[in-house]
Amino acid sequence: MIALAEVTPAWYLVLGSMLFSIGCVGLLVRRNPLVMFMCVELMLNAVTLTFVTFSRMLEDVRGQTVVVFVLVVAAAEVVVGLGIIVALLRKQPDATADDLTALKG
Amino acid sequence: MVELVVFGVAGAICLGGALGVVLNSNPVHAALSLVATLFGIAVLFIAQEANFLAAVQVIVYAGAIVVLFLFVLMLLGVDRAEDLSIEPLRGQRIAAVIIGLGVLALPLLAIVSTGGEATGARPVGAATSIDGTPGQPAPNQLVEGVADIDQLGRSLFTDYLFAFEVTSVLLVIAVVGAVVLSRKVKRAELVDDPLVIEVDA
Repeated sequence: MIALAEVTPAWYLVLGSMLFSIGCVGLLVRRNPLVMFMCVELMLNAVTLTFVTFSRMLEDVRGQTVVVFVLVVAAAEVVVGLGIIVALLRKQPDATADDLTALKG
Repeated sequence: MVELVVFGVAGAICLGGALGVVLNSNPVHAALSLVATLFGIAVLFIAQEANFLAAVQVIVYAGAIVVLFLFVLMLLGVDRAEDLSIEPLRGQRIAAVIIGLGVLALPLLAIVSTGGEATGARPVGAATSIDGTPGQPAPNQLVEGVADIDQLGRSLFTDYLFAFEVTSVLLVIAVVGAVVLSRKVKRAELVDDPLVIEVDA
């Protein structure tokens, strides 16, 4: 227990990869487009956690700068994605990911 | 010891929230679990001395993005619980879990095989400068004792100024896109378009 008492940056990386894989499984398993979107957010957050950890490990502020950009891009992505989901669900309220085949060639 | 407790509690909140997002059949509960995860990550940011990012994480993610999710859920009335017991594609869940374990195994392998120095971290103490002048921090170096928001702002508004300006264009495009996607068209110009919403009358 004494040996475990120190939190190394690797612990944060392990937690980040666990969050990422949980989000990945959720994205593949769930059929509600909104929940799938939440799983994408989960994966994005796992990556930002990893970036902050690398920023501290390497003593480099650029890791945190990247996180700011990831936040902005995530916000833009959510706005557009939710716009699409709102448009689709208004037309077809019970749509699951299996029903959204409008882009099929 | 304090960091161990903080990491344990925040990590447990993160993982519990993440599992809640995936396993809750009700999308509203999933969104609330997502808030728990985002708060846990904000705490972990603070534990790693990224205080500004922790504040932004709470304001932007928990305050704006999840509220947007909840607005969509409530306004569209799509907050019905999903029946998770049926599996639309046979064998898909097993395959998804195997893929997830693979995704987990790869970074774990990388972390373990490098013995915790997964980034080729700079050795402690030798990082005072790159060009050799002692006491002079290298550009972009995270200096101990200077507020992280100072350093982040300096990096954002000097080296990354162009990227920062481009993100504003991205945001404008996103706003225009959201407005276009959610507008209602008159019946006369209705085409058979799945993204166009029909209006009554």
